[in-house]
Amino acid sequence: MKIKKNIATSENGFVFNPATGDSFSGNAMASVILLAMKNGVNTAEIKADILKKYDVSVAQLDRDWEDWIIQLKEANLLELELNHGN
Amino acid sequence: MEKLPYERPYIKRLTPGAMNKFGSHSGAQPFKHIDGVQVTNLIAAYGSPLFVLSETQIRRNYRSAYRAFSTRYPKVQFAWSYKTNYLNAVCQIFHSEGSWAEVVSGFEYRKALGNGVAGNKIIFNGPSKSKEDLMLAIENDSLIHIDHLEELNLLITLSENLTDKPRVAIRVNMDTGIFPAWDRFGFNYENGEAWNALTKVVASGKLRLTGLHCHIGTYIQSTSAFGIAATKLADLALRCKTVLDQTIEYLDLGGGFPSMNTLKGAYLPGTDTLPSIDDFAEEICNKLINSDFAPNELPLLILESGRALIDDAGYLLGTVLANKRLADGKRATVVDFGVNILFTSFWYDHQISPAQDFSPHTENMAIYGPLCMNIDVIRENINLPLLNPGDHLVVHKVGAYNMTQWMQFITFRPAVVLIDERQNIHLIKAAETLDYIEENENVPGHLKAK
Repeated sequence: MKIKKNIATSENGFVFNPATGDSFSGNAMASVILLAMKNGVNTAEIKADILKKYDVSVAQLDRDWEDWIIQLKEANLLELELNHGN
Repeated sequence: MEKLPYERPYIKRLTPGAMNKFGSHSGAQPFKHIDGVQVTNLIAAYGSPLFVLSETQIRRNYRSAYRAFSTRYPKVQFAWSYKTNYLNAVCQIFHSEGSWAEVVSGFEYRKALGNGVAGNKIIFNGPSKSKEDLMLAIENDSLIHIDHLEELNLLITLSENLTDKPRVAIRVNMDTGIFPAWDRFGFNYENGEAWNALTKVVASGKLRLTGLHCHIGTYIQSTSAFGIAATKLADLALRCKTVLDQTIEYLDLGGGFPSMNTLKGAYLPGTDTLPSIDDFAEEICNKLINSDFAPNELPLLILESGRALIDDAGYLLGTVLANKRLADGKRATVVDFGVNILFTSFWYDHQISPAQDFSPHTENMAIYGPLCMNIDVIRENINLPLLNPGDHLVVHKVGAYNMTQWMQFITFRPAVVLIDERQNIHLIKAAETLDYIEENENVPGHLKAK
């Protein structure tokens, strides 16, 4: 699950998609995750880091991660992962 | 090392648009206490969902409304509208403030007697009064407000051999310039039906015509409608005096004053648009004082306000069960209270506050109840902070009608607690149990579980 390369993010949660002109504001947790995703950190590592630093259970984080991915898809911020069938 | 507080990740699309002339939305505030009692403690002690009533607020509402009328008119009497909330503890608060009882069924009538209200301080309204109900009301010298000719004829028959004439009024319906006109109750003013009923009462010689009653609608947002009603009732009373030689002792203007809830579809919140109780009092009292009554013959003014006196004294506490993302990307939150106990969510966009701290981020969401029914929608759209399962919510202004119109449907009805003026908590109605619900059921022998 990769975020589009050209997406601009700031530390305070502002997100800009130059391809579409859309802009978004995110909360603190969204900023942390977006920054990690942009730096190419994989999902398992991001989750492990959150569990280490934040007061959240594995179940809750997994539940929220699913919702987070839906939000990113909805916002058109994810790279399309095409299955070429080979 | 102590861990940082977690909030689920959330992004919101920024949509530049037209400026809002009403300014930015201030957003929800955490609502942690009711009359100094912590919401989380109430839920821990009595479960979720839970209705909470504030005795302080009920008394404050009563006194402020009574002051609004009594400072403008010499003779004022309030009668508590039982159907609005007939939990005995609630009725007793109003009675202790001086309210009579206004009832609309034999059930409510007997409840008022049980609450120790003197028979002559019970106003008996409504279209359905049985022969037994009427006999009881006659024996107790209650004020019987006649709704239709069948009731009038029955009363005349029941009074045949009585030495003391029953005290009666007729309910009058009228055009007050609002829609809908409630013409299904009582006798019409404009077409002369009310006058005919009055002459019939007097001609019978069996009934004592004591008052005139109207109740022009509910949640009325125009003061002028009450002014018209007061003028028409005063006109009728003066005609009774001059034509029928009957002194009308009281005019009962009923209720129908709005609470500060926001009606569905309203552009602005109720608190910004609705007239205050003082505005209604000013209109009604002005019209009566400026009518042709001699100053020493002004009739007693009775008011049967319900909703306006208790709605904002009631809260519903609940808990978030789950979060969902709907097919169109919109957030939906499932809570443990549904339309079965929050009947008024069909009429109002109830204000809902989280009961714990939250970050400034808000999300537009639908709030769904726990019933397996598509219509169980508490709010179709509301901006609330990010809620997690287990978080508590407070629904505001739910004191009127919910604790009488609630349905036992799919699940139990919750407990109701009262916070008194010293911040003591009293359980005034226990939560339902399976035994309670099945108490009056009977399974025939051949269908019993083996």
